[in-house]
Amino acid sequence: MAEPIVRLARVSKRYAEMVAVEPLDLDIDAGEFVVLLGPSGSGKTTILSMIGGFAAPTEGRVLIAGEDVTDLPPAKRPTATVFQDYALFPHMSVRSNVAFGLAMRKVPKGERHRRADEVLQLVGLEGFSDRGVHQLSGGQRQRVALARAIAVEPKVLLLDEPLGALDLALRRQMQEELVRIQKRLGTTFVHVTHDQEEAMSIADRVIVMNKGRVEDVGSPSRVYLRPASLFTASFMGENNILTGEVVQSISGIACVTTRVGTLTVPAQAAVGDNVTLSIRPEQLLIGGGGDGCLAIGRGRISETSFQGTHLRAHVAMETGGNNELLLRAPATEQLSVGSDVELSVRPTDLVMLKR
Amino acid sequence: MKPRELATIFYLTLAIVFIFLPVAILVQYSFQDGLVPVPPFRGFSLRWYEKMLANRKLMEALGNSVVVGGVSSFLAVTLGFLAAYGLARGQPRRAGPLQFGLMAPLTVPYIIIGLGLLSMFGALGIDRSLITVGIGHVVINLPLCFAIVYSQLGEHQANIERAAHDLGASDLQALLRVTVPMLWPTLLAAFFISFTLSWDEFVIAFLLSKFDVTLPVVMWNMLNSGLNPQLNAVGTLVFATSIGLVALVATLLLSRGRRHG
Repeated sequence: MAEPIVRLARVSKRYAEMVAVEPLDLDIDAGEFVVLLGPSGSGKTTILSMIGGFAAPTEGRVLIAGEDVTDLPPAKRPTATVFQDYALFPHMSVRSNVAFGLAMRKVPKGERHRRADEVLQLVGLEGFSDRGVHQLSGGQRQRVALARAIAVEPKVLLLDEPLGALDLALRRQMQEELVRIQKRLGTTFVHVTHDQEEAMSIADRVIVMNKGRVEDVGSPSRVYLRPASLFTASFMGENNILTGEVVQSISGIACVTTRVGTLTVPAQAAVGDNVTLSIRPEQLLIGGGGDGCLAIGRGRISETSFQGTHLRAHVAMETGGNNELLLRAPATEQLSVGSDVELSVRPTDLVMLKR
Repeated sequence: MKPRELATIFYLTLAIVFIFLPVAILVQYSFQDGLVPVPPFRGFSLRWYEKMLANRKLMEALGNSVVVGGVSSFLAVTLGFLAAYGLARGQPRRAGPLQFGLMAPLTVPYIIIGLGLLSMFGALGIDRSLITVGIGHVVINLPLCFAIVYSQLGEHQANIERAAHDLGASDLQALLRVTVPMLWPTLLAAFFISFTLSWDEFVIAFLLSKFDVTLPVVMWNMLNSGLNPQLNAVGTLVFATSIGLVALVATLLLSRGRRHG
């Protein structure tokens, strides 16, 4: 296997009273699109800063392309950053912004202007070269920031919540473009966001962070469908979380008593274990389901809302108490408040999380 | 028009009249066709301006004022900028007390600063001259220039500098190619505000000058021989210059606000 382009070896970051990032090992492969995902304060931006050289790790080493860059300033690292507030040079034209890094590398003027125009074309800003930065819209500034970072041909491009300030439609569009540009250039992208939908739609690999620790690492579908931790299960979109106790365990099948009854889960567990189960709202099936489906029980629909792509409903289960489940049914489904439904789930969709 | 609006306009008019009436009268009597700048107004004449321009002492003082204002303001802005830059980008934890120390002189009356400098120069054996006046003006304007520049060096600007470093700029390159050009409107505004204050500053200029003097000091000397429409003409010139510079500053800062808005 090829050497990773970025290697974080036991890297941690502590501030006076607070641990921002707990000791962490992470390898990022060349050409990978990695997304660091987590709520604010989870340490994701700190990791990005340590790769870019804006924050020094308290312990551990940062290697890029095999070279130890822990003690190098940002200027000496083969990285470029797209900042959250874009941080464009307000007194320069779009072209001068994009060509700045090349000017610092002493590339002759004609050559760097040609290169700047080329990169601007790549990000869809052809013909904007002579404009002032203050004449651009938010989305256009975002593209200039991206072009400016790409222009220096970094080995690793770091993106710090670059789409945070854009409206939803533009954000979706930019996500697609980021992926397109990343595939075309083949550059390694490390992208920070707190938006799990964004993370899933662009990443080759998602790293879920919480309170300075890595909660989960994997492909978007794996992290979404088979979350490794309770935090991941609830952070990656809506979920039904059921706590329970293992009452029986036979050859990889565990019976768990939960607030909605006893569920049979294909997972390893010991009798007496306290476990947590997660079922995605869209994995709950209405009716008995097909072969091998596990019945969850009957419930009464207490609330519905039409979401366009699906119908979202709260179902109060018959077992009583606080036992509502969240359900996503196809948009065409006719569900009315007060009606009774039978719910089931494919056993393989049930995920058991250790507490 | 609603009574509320009427009251607002009335109050505003009153306030403007209160502020500008003395200046308006000073300006009006600079055009007095007579020997004293008191009513009745005898019609329009430019003779006092002619006299002013022919007055060598006055013109020399005017030149002195421009030089002292220009040089001292340049120094105040440069030092103020460096202090602000160092403080904003250095160690923010220690910035509090240093910031206080740098801005505290704003609260010291000019006469105290003037007397202090006077005894200090005396003790050091430095003779009073335009240079000592200029030093005095740097002392009073540096805190102001520092405060103006410091207010413009926020986290957003820090990020812009970070971007410059990230793209390969050295500290000096980032300073000269990004920080200073980015702050250009602010630096110019600080310069002109500083120049305006030096331009009509009297107490320090009076205490620290000897043979060569600035415009306000000459005006004071002329006042000793009584009211004279020529003085009104000089006053009008001083006022017009100040107002012009303030308007320039306002334009600079407004255009900056628009660009970031």
